[in-house]
Amino acid sequence: MGVSLKVRELSLKKGYNLLIHNLNFDLLPGQAISLTGENGVGKTTLLRTLAGFLTPHTGTIRAYENDVQLESEIWQSRKVHFLGHHDALSPSRTVLQELRFQADFLGGDLGGDLAGIGTLRLDTLLDLETRHLSAGQKRRLSCARLLMAKRPLWLLDEPMAPLDVDHRALLGSLMQAHLADGGMIIAAVHDALPFNTQALRLERPTMQDREAACV
Amino acid sequence: MSDFRRAALALITRDLGLSLTRGGGPLLAVGFYLTLMAMIPLSLGPDQAVLSRIAAGLTWLCLALSSLLSLERLFERDYEDAVFDTLRLGPLPLELIALLKVLSQWLGTGVILSLMTPVVMIILGAPASLALMGLVSACLGSLSFALIGGIGASLALGSRKGGVLMALLVLPFYVPPVIFGAGLMQATQTGASPAQALAFLGAYALFALALGPIAMGAALRGALS
Repeated sequence: MGVSLKVRELSLKKGYNLLIHNLNFDLLPGQAISLTGENGVGKTTLLRTLAGFLTPHTGTIRAYENDVQLESEIWQSRKVHFLGHHDALSPSRTVLQELRFQADFLGGDLGGDLAGIGTLRLDTLLDLETRHLSAGQKRRLSCARLLMAKRPLWLLDEPMAPLDVDHRALLGSLMQAHLADGGMIIAAVHDALPFNTQALRLERPTMQDREAACV
Repeated sequence: MSDFRRAALALITRDLGLSLTRGGGPLLAVGFYLTLMAMIPLSLGPDQAVLSRIAAGLTWLCLALSSLLSLERLFERDYEDAVFDTLRLGPLPLELIALLKVLSQWLGTGVILSLMTPVVMIILGAPASLALMGLVSACLGSLSFALIGGIGASLALGSRKGGVLMALLVLPFYVPPVIFGAGLMQATQTGASPAQALAFLGAYALFALALGPIAMGAALRGALS
């Protein structure tokens, strides 16, 4: 797919509080970053900023496709998947309705969707309303959109947390297949992912940096 | 372009389905509307002459209040379920997402309330000749209520107990359609030309249609960051 990401001197604030100071990294096709750090250090905020939901305090996030810089609208609407720790499902709708909606809304392929249902073992759940699903089943349903609509960057916020051992292995292999396909992954994790990743550990900014950012 | 249309269609289908089924759907607003209507003769007495004079005006008041009911569900549920995270990664801008959600909500409740308006008016004692004009004006009015209400709902999004805040924000802007709508009914009843009031009512709906998406988009962007 040939999409890459360059993050330069990125600082993020939540309210008046400086969370991340002067972060730099590059991500190339086929690479994954596992994002670690203590609770509240800003992993989710960083992922939401990369998805374009939040604006950075300073610094730049640039995406390139074949060395041409992508516009942020294109980036947000065609190149990024975001999987938060909320699963983004409406409790009163059935699994099949949610799958159809996500496929249509995100420009996914319903033919590929059926494969996704098989791979993620959703076939017995299709008629259930999502409020009846367990946390792990909800997560598998959310993962279906990663497979339905092909997008180069997956932003995953603790993707493995509610899954059982078998499904962790399954999601791990899906992530590896995505990387082999030229995709990129940035995942906030507490346990190491079952394949090679660049480690990025977020640290709290020093007192001086925080004070400097308040001015 | 077809991506765009496919996503818009998917969103309308989803929201229309949700507004028709979840939390009692339009039944809640319709029940509220009918209850208010039933209370009017109980509080004012059954004098036919009095009721037939004020029926049309009071119907508009009931319509405005009933339109408030479904507003809280408009964005709040999707906000709490984090569905906006998915919506923002689709091809539609936030302004259009908000507009489509409001229009789906209007189709799911506003139009149904409008369909009941002539019936309610006539039950309260307004002459049957008002029925058609009542239906047309209620459709325009409920569209304005839905759009203005959408602005209020997006502004109150994310604040705890936003329902009361929303009602306070929105009700003053419900005044013009109520004035024009009730004026239209009065004009029709007295045989004057309804054109002026109808034009104002239509103009307000168009104004809300033009301004609503921009305001909702900006408010949603603020609430979601």
